[in-house]
Amino acid sequence: MESIFVLTHADESGSALTKHSLEVVAAGVELAARLKASLTIGVVAADATASANSIAKVEAKLLAASGAEFAQPRFASDAAACEALCRAAQASIVLAPQSSRFARVMAAVAHRLGGVVDTHIAALAGTDSVEASRWFYRQRIEAVVTRTARPWFLLLDSGTHAAFAGESGNAQVETVCVALPALRTEVTGIRAPKQDEQTIRPDAKLLFVAGAGWTKKQPDGEAHVDEAGKLILGFLRASGASLGSSKSLVDQGGEGNSVLPFLTHMNQVGQTGSTPRHAKGLSTCCHGEEPHVVGWRFIGERRAISLDANCGWTRGKADVVYIADAFQVMAKVNEMLKNSTDRSHT
Amino acid sequence: MNQLQIVVCAGIVPDPLQTLEPTTGPNGPGIKNELVLPAVLDPWAACALYEAAALAAKHAGSKLWLVALGPKGKLQQVMMTVAQKVAFELVPVDGPIGGFPDAHATAAALASAIEAIPGLDRAQLLLFGGWESASRGAGVTLQLIGERLGIADQFFGVDQIDLRDDGSFEVLERVEGGKHQVSVCAGAPAVLGWATGNLAEPRNNPQIGMSNMRTIMPALQKATTVKLDANSLEYVSVNLPKQQRTTRVEKNMSADEIAAELVAWIGKDS
Repeated sequence: MESIFVLTHADESGSALTKHSLEVVAAGVELAARLKASLTIGVVAADATASANSIAKVEAKLLAASGAEFAQPRFASDAAACEALCRAAQASIVLAPQSSRFARVMAAVAHRLGGVVDTHIAALAGTDSVEASRWFYRQRIEAVVTRTARPWFLLLDSGTHAAFAGESGNAQVETVCVALPALRTEVTGIRAPKQDEQTIRPDAKLLFVAGAGWTKKQPDGEAHVDEAGKLILGFLRASGASLGSSKSLVDQGGEGNSVLPFLTHMNQVGQTGSTPRHAKGLSTCCHGEEPHVVGWRFIGERRAISLDANCGWTRGKADVVYIADAFQVMAKVNEMLKNSTDRSHT
Repeated sequence: MNQLQIVVCAGIVPDPLQTLEPTTGPNGPGIKNELVLPAVLDPWAACALYEAAALAAKHAGSKLWLVALGPKGKLQQVMMTVAQKVAFELVPVDGPIGGFPDAHATAAALASAIEAIPGLDRAQLLLFGGWESASRGAGVTLQLIGERLGIADQFFGVDQIDLRDDGSFEVLERVEGGKHQVSVCAGAPAVLGWATGNLAEPRNNPQIGMSNMRTIMPALQKATTVKLDANSLEYVSVNLPKQQRTTRVEKNMSADEIAAELVAWIGKDS
């Protein structure tokens, strides 16, 4: 008989659970019902009681590691908190969000409990047992794994479940005592990347991927990097899209070529970049496997603008490919979006 | 400033341009012809190696080891290139290749190899590696090694580290929303799982290559052979994604027509 423990943590406010945590709560409720297993939920937060109010109506025991020490995401304190919560819960299956905070500590916690861990879980299945789907080789191969060793820690990727949306209430939380080690690390703040404005928007519906073609010579024999930058930023502002980039475009900065100043490695999608989840994706001036296969694995609807009618990577991967000059098309798109915004304001 | 003791853990993976096809053998799943596919040093681990070398170069007397697990022959092939980039001492572990072996067993083998490094002062250890690999991509091996070595300060998705004269350092880790979390750590020992960092790949330097290979070849000959325990990990299925889309290729639409279609598509709820 399995027992399920869902580990969650608060957002920057310290008093509300992250959306990703609520997604894992929903996954835990679903799994516990399917396996007819008991469900316990743990909260790591500065104010765990306030954080737990959004899940007060879940039929589960609530445990908490609460206090100022847990306001900051930090390996030593978070690992100690999760270890204490897991020891108190005594569960066989531990679910947690694959957030930067928990990804930093959960393997260590599994090791401390003599358990095993699997990460980047995309789906949970199985009727009598638990089977977890995850990707290997940067989203090129999909596998379903299972284990008999317990406790089994599973970190769920964001966007794989709808967030739990039950009624809020006054949570009855059992606080667990955490033995903290000497803390040698202090979190001093959050820094946005060196760029004029934030172009990475995980909650955006649309991912706009810029490829190296934006900085290549155009039909007049000249590169138009400034114009490319204005068109891309203009589109991001008008559409609210998140910006991704191919590796070749980001790498141009290191090769002494003209670059788009607002791009960093943080924007990169693909083999050494991220594999973001957005409802729609529009790639422009991209060629190659990276943006179309690896970086786009979890994009819902995909369209591409390319001058290369024979680009094999888009075939079977994109829904629509427009063989056109992205400079011309995006200028028109920006104009139409601007007109549409102006009309809605008048 | 202290002399640094940096150990970089790095695996080898198929060249990203290769087509991968899963296959199942007597030891479980693997990649078809993986041993004959061209291989490279794992990309994020390679970033860690270059950052480590740059740090070591700034602090005289520092030492840099590269701990790598893989089939000896494959390691030798990859080292012919990697050895020309930066100076290091190789600690090879002869074992299976690929992303399918269990991460716990891999971590145990690598931690044992690090513990056995002669002259390594573990109180001064900075343990580097990629925050995830391009094979398993789990992001847990380095963390498990750190835990086995009793290191209580770990950082992942690292893009920058600034060492201070008192041995403490400021570190930037990637967090959600394209931001960095800034932390200050009192100093070594610490684990740093690198993202891309800020350095370009160093150019090949044949002199460094020749110097490295003098120690790499004997080290490969003496490499410990390990078998990796499955730790109850079972693969129910291993497949290539089957989803193929029907792609509409539009060659004759004007920029206005395309823009109008895109604007309508962007505005439509999916």
